[in-house]
Amino acid sequence: MRNESAAVAVELQRINCTFASSDRKADPYPAVSELSLRVADGEFVSVVGPTGCGKSTLLNVTAGLLRPTSGTVRIFGQPLVGLNARAGYLFQADSLMPWRNAAGNVAVGLQYRGVARREAEARANDWLVRVGLAGRGHAYPHQLSGGMKKRVALAQTLILDPEIILMDEPFSALDVQTRLLMENELLDIWAANKKSVLFITHDLEEAISLSDRVVVLSAGPGTRCIGDFVIDIPRPRDVSEIRHELRFVELYKDIWHAMKAEVLKGYAQTKVRA
Amino acid sequence: MKNRHVVNLLRALLLVSVFLVWDSLVRFGWASKFFFGEPLLVLRQVVKWFTTGEIYPHLLTTLLETILAFSGGALFGLGIGLWLALNPTAAKLFDPYVKALSSMPRVILAPIFALWFGLGIWSKVALGITLVFFVVFFNVYQGVKEVSPVVLANARMLGANSRQLLRTVYLPSATSWVFSSLHTSVGMAFVGVVVGEYLGSARGVGYLILQAEGVFDINAVFAGILVLTVFALILDALVSLLEKSVYGWRASTAAVTTTEAT
Ligand SMILES: Nc1ncnc2c1ncn2[C@@H]1O[C@H](COP(=O)(O)OP(=O)(O)O)[C@@H](O)[C@H]1O
Ligand SMILES: [Mg+2]
Repeated sequence: MRNESAAVAVELQRINCTFASSDRKADPYPAVSELSLRVADGEFVSVVGPTGCGKSTLLNVTAGLLRPTSGTVRIFGQPLVGLNARAGYLFQADSLMPWRNAAGNVAVGLQYRGVARREAEARANDWLVRVGLAGRGHAYPHQLSGGMKKRVALAQTLILDPEIILMDEPFSALDVQTRLLMENELLDIWAANKKSVLFITHDLEEAISLSDRVVVLSAGPGTRCIGDFVIDIPRPRDVSEIRHELRFVELYKDIWHAMKAEVLKGYAQTKVRA
Repeated sequence: MKNRHVVNLLRALLLVSVFLVWDSLVRFGWASKFFFGEPLLVLRQVVKWFTTGEIYPHLLTTLLETILAFSGGALFGLGIGLWLALNPTAAKLFDPYVKALSSMPRVILAPIFALWFGLGIWSKVALGITLVFFVVFFNVYQGVKEVSPVVLANARMLGANSRQLLRTVYLPSATSWVFSSLHTSVGMAFVGVVVGEYLGSARGVGYLILQAEGVFDINAVFAGILVLTVFALILDALVSLLEKSVYGWRASTAAVTTTEAT
């Protein structure tokens, strides 16, 4: 066993994130308060919580894109300064460069690292094959479906071989079939080289099928962890089959029980704010 | 298909009838020949210009000036637009002056440019540049401001440093906006150049008009206007062709890949 701090890929300690309000009279909005979270090296952790509770905020903090108001972020034991260079980030919204074709998008990270264009594009094409987009390298993002764009984004992130993968509801906009396929692909890729994954979703079934651990967040403001469940379903898993297994249903019931009150609270709040 | 032919036919008829009305107005003395010219003489003048080849050096000069004005204005607009858009402090400092310069009727600079650069092509190019500059500048500024924050954050997470961000994110986005305003800026270059020629020059189609006016040859003035209009139409069609040949996002990718290939 390695020493304990080195085996923790991501450690968030007592994170607070307060956003200044857009109109001056209103109080600042405490999105996240005193939140702590760990992802062990090679662990797949999902975070579930109601919409607007601060899941993306949490991921931005881990990526180093957003500085928390207070609290510390440690990456493999080191305090995080600036951007998190050891993490890849799969964004919730469209993140591809519209002016580059699929291969160009996948290759761009390698080019930033000084890999020659030819070689970068050759490796990009290998990755496009891996995510099921063989021969689509010349297509521009606007010529690809939502699912294909997500695959390109996945390849774009994974080609850099990051030690930590941050994913923000990556499959939420996809139809059910595409989604199941991509979840299985993700598990295959993950199983092949055991990266540490912090996976955000609002879909509890998705969280359970994919993860080693599911963390439940409360509704905002002042989001905290209100549950931490170990998913002891054996791997390899088939995401489309697993939902009918007894253990899955049990876990689902437990976690849903913990979440239900928060979801209703979150829903009530969005109604009030709207 | 048939419909389009009918429309084209009607359009041609419209043009012909305008000429007929013009001709009869002058012919029957309802309008003065001295001020309105005679359509047949106008056409004859145009034909003469082209058959004697007299007009080609002038056309060439105007074309060259337009190309130089457009490229210069686009280059300055791109450079300064990028610089100001990426430097909020500088942008704040220059904001009132940019606004003042852009709302000033810049054609009025023509006499100054004539003094500075003489009566050759450069005073016309300078005037064209000042007109093109602001079109490109505002588009570049917009292009940089409109870069999706997610695309930007993604590029940073993929490891881009600030120079790489400029080259792979800001510049392509800005170029695509410049491309989308290509018709306007090429038109501006043309306007600046012709106005410059008209106000004082030794060559160019604007110079032809100026000369004709000097000897009260109204037919040659109209002929010059006719040539300029057709010239502008051809220029615009060329821009459309360029846009179409450029494949990809917002017709911008060719510009982007060429910048990246260098
Ligand atoms: N830049 C910001 N400025 C102000 N408020 C923000 C900002 N980013 C997020 N918030 C607020 O913080 C809360 C959490 O947002 P987010 O992390 O995007 O939620 P989730 O991803 O869980 O749906 C929301 O109420 C949102 O309105
Ligand atoms: Mg979110």
